[in-house]
Amino acid sequence: MSLLVIFISAVLINNFVFYYFLGLCPYLGVSRRLGPSLSMGMAVTFVLSLTAVSSWMINHWVLIPNGLDYLQIVSFILVIAALVQLVEMFIRKVSPPLYQAMGIYLPLITTNCIIMGLALLAALRNYNFVETVVFGISAGLGFTLAIVLMAAIREQLDLADVPKPLQGAGIALITAGIIALAFMGFSGIIK
Amino acid sequence: MNIIIPIITMGIIGFGLALGLAFAYRKFKVEVDPRIEEIAAALPQANCGACGFAGCQALAEALVAGKAQTNACPVGGNEVAARVAAILGVEAAPVIKKVARLHCRGTHEAAPTKGKYLGINTCLAAHLIGGYKLCSYGCLHFGDCVRSCQFDAMRLAEDGLPIIDEEKCTACGKCVEACPRNLLELHPVEENILVFCRSKDRPAVARKVCRNACIACNICVRACPEAIIMEDNLAKIVDWKKIPEEKIPAIEKCPTGAIGRLKKEERKEIKPEQVETEISS
Repeated sequence: MSLLVIFISAVLINNFVFYYFLGLCPYLGVSRRLGPSLSMGMAVTFVLSLTAVSSWMINHWVLIPNGLDYLQIVSFILVIAALVQLVEMFIRKVSPPLYQAMGIYLPLITTNCIIMGLALLAALRNYNFVETVVFGISAGLGFTLAIVLMAAIREQLDLADVPKPLQGAGIALITAGIIALAFMGFSGIIK
Repeated sequence: MNIIIPIITMGIIGFGLALGLAFAYRKFKVEVDPRIEEIAAALPQANCGACGFAGCQALAEALVAGKAQTNACPVGGNEVAARVAAILGVEAAPVIKKVARLHCRGTHEAAPTKGKYLGINTCLAAHLIGGYKLCSYGCLHFGDCVRSCQFDAMRLAEDGLPIIDEEKCTACGKCVEACPRNLLELHPVEENILVFCRSKDRPAVARKVCRNACIACNICVRACPEAIIMEDNLAKIVDWKKIPEEKIPAIEKCPTGAIGRLKKEERKEIKPEQVETEISS
């Protein structure tokens, strides 16, 4: 049951984009077209799951036993960056089509705050291993949902008559704000 | 003492990861042909996609793989083709310089409007609702092509049609894609005769909707039947090389001027924002 709560909470209620305002850079940057935004969402989900696993391991096997909790930020950055690099090399060798589809997005997101946010939040809430993994995957799915919604709206906005001062980033941020407001409506689901 | 443990721990983590990465770099290294980098550096790096590949890097890969001709880059011309050929060690194929040309002479004056257009000021938007001109094939004057040009080779003239600077045009084809009415086409620079109309309207209609439209009178076809045909009420030059110089005056007898040589004329330029949609006769 608690896993379901974590899932729904990370996808809808405490959506990383709309609630914590994390990961806004790729969210605004790659949400122009539906296709690339979906790839971006998939790449973020992938990196987030990877992050969840590696950060849990480093936290519970290395940091906590040595009483080094205060090194979380530094060591998480180190491990995540190295791991994503490793996976990128691996994908490039093993599956070129997957690399073509996802490769360019991977380096973009490794150093994004959504990754750091997830690792630190999971550590803060003392999730166990399974909970952390579910948290990571659902955070990624929440991001995918957010970016795909945004891309669909922005594709429509391209054909709309937007007032000159609001064109581009202006209307995109207003749209994001309104979607965030709408997502606040989910906050009653779980007490 | 407290400082030793974190230093050692972080040191071990960092060293371990570095080792892992170094090992993985060797193990998963993808061999890349060094010529790809060289060719990519020789290409113009405009990444315009005119070659039909996703960018200069993609073209370089295709060239090395033998999937593209050395003259595939229309932007670089002969010079780049020669350099690419030198790197690949093959003979350079000559590049025929092409430029974009407009197949419409429906100026504000010549082609009247149906009424005032109040929509978004782009050709694409105007075309989606069927256009605001009586002629449903002609130029819409909003300059989507001008905005699409990366090489500053296009300007909108006061008469509503784009001016193409053939010196600057690199035949990248962006404007050809941008025009919702397909009025632009790439032609070799030497091609000296052109049909300035895309209207497939019946002669009676064409005559009414635009003064400069092709009215399918067949004068040009009679003048040079081996190179010009009439297709869907529209003259079509099948092979411009087969039109001899001495027949051009007879072809240019066209009563609406819809076929003939390109003429160099000075036209006043305007910005795309200044397009006025209610100039009708």
